[in-house]
Amino acid sequence: MIEVTGVSKWYQQFQVLKDCSLTIKSGEVIVICGPSGSGKSTLIKCMNGLEPFQQGEIKVGDVSVGAKGTDLPKLRSRIGMVFQNFELFPHMTVRKNITLPQVKILGRSKDESDARTIKLLERMGLPSQADKFPAQLSGGQQQRVAIARALAMDPVAMLFDEPTSALDPEMINEVLDVMVALAQDGMTMAVVTHEMGFARRVANRVVFMDQGSIVEDAPKEAFFGTPRSERAQLFLSKILQH
Amino acid sequence: MSGFDWNVILNNRGLLLQGLAVSFQLTLVAIAGGMALGTVLAMCRLSRFRPLAIAAGSYVNFLRSLPLILVIFWFYILTPQIVGHPIDAYSSVLIAFTLFEAAYYCEIIRAGIASVKAGQVNAGLALGFGQFHVMRYVVLPQAFRNMLPVLLTQAIIMFQDTSIVYVVGVRDFLTAADVVANSNNRPVELYSVVAVTFLVICFTASRLVGRLQRKYAL
Repeated sequence: MIEVTGVSKWYQQFQVLKDCSLTIKSGEVIVICGPSGSGKSTLIKCMNGLEPFQQGEIKVGDVSVGAKGTDLPKLRSRIGMVFQNFELFPHMTVRKNITLPQVKILGRSKDESDARTIKLLERMGLPSQADKFPAQLSGGQQQRVAIARALAMDPVAMLFDEPTSALDPEMINEVLDVMVALAQDGMTMAVVTHEMGFARRVANRVVFMDQGSIVEDAPKEAFFGTPRSERAQLFLSKILQH
Repeated sequence: MSGFDWNVILNNRGLLLQGLAVSFQLTLVAIAGGMALGTVLAMCRLSRFRPLAIAAGSYVNFLRSLPLILVIFWFYILTPQIVGHPIDAYSSVLIAFTLFEAAYYCEIIRAGIASVKAGQVNAGLALGFGQFHVMRYVVLPQAFRNMLPVLLTQAIIMFQDTSIVYVVGVRDFLTAADVVANSNNRPVELYSVVAVTFLVICFTASRLVGRLQRKYAL
């Protein structure tokens, strides 16, 4: 589904991604973790072309993301993305946030889009919030609306960039529950997160990054059992000690 | 001084109201034209195509360095030479105001666009919107909300500035009052009425700005 081969990226002299390779098969859930500044967010943003990269190749299906002439908007409309800060459009109601992209990008009718929106909001446990503005919702609710907005495009895969990092602790689970359900429904997912409980529950593989390199890419049992690299062991001992 | 004669105002109200209408018309056309052109200029300034950004930037910096009255004189004298036939003073000040205001609106709009966080652009792009649609549906609506107070304040300043057209003889509110004042020898009454009218309109408008701001704040 998503195939990253030898990707490197530089900001001027500084190399943020070093020869990263990673394969996500259809229906797989990959958790990407690592210390801050390790390049995990940058890598995931390369997958839908939000960040350009200078070397290597990323393929989504049979479309090459970095190639000249690739219809990026079309490609992106097939990959959902959820951001750390939700990024709902603050000047639109929840309903419009989810409906507008369906109408303008997919060319769906207003009625069909609206029906889809309501259905998704129900699935997210937010049936009565459609006509509120994002600022009237809690962080956890906003993030679930953001997930609904991404799902409304019927994506073939979903990218999550630290979806719970900006949330108060009591709201983290309501978002993770939705993501677990999504994973169990067979959605292809790449999730940048420090939520190791989530990784244990639904991840197929855990990818550990450090200083721009993929240090470890292992099935979750192996990763949580005995990470091969020292850096991953150190990282795990730091975030799992409490 | 033999007391004040306020009848002169009532007797000439037609002329004065016409002048006020001209001031309003000038303001509205210059705001509409200035904002439209200003938006285009702002897009050009933010464009990644360097020549376009430099051209728009030069235009803005050039016009903002000139006194308004000079720009009005220039267009009054220059436009007939360019179009090849004389044009009325009113049209020339309309053009001058629009082009002059556009430079200021460009900067306001540019700041407004810059006030929208990069994450919002990324969210729009990630959904599959193209650059143009991200601008239209995501960035500009938020930018205009953020800059609403400054835009309206600029409109109020603009309304006050219209009185400058006096210099080329366009019959705005101040010029009309001046004509009446001279022909009746009643400058104090007339200039007082002009001052109070400007005060009431501008004060009311700025109160309105405050209310709009609270209503549309994001």
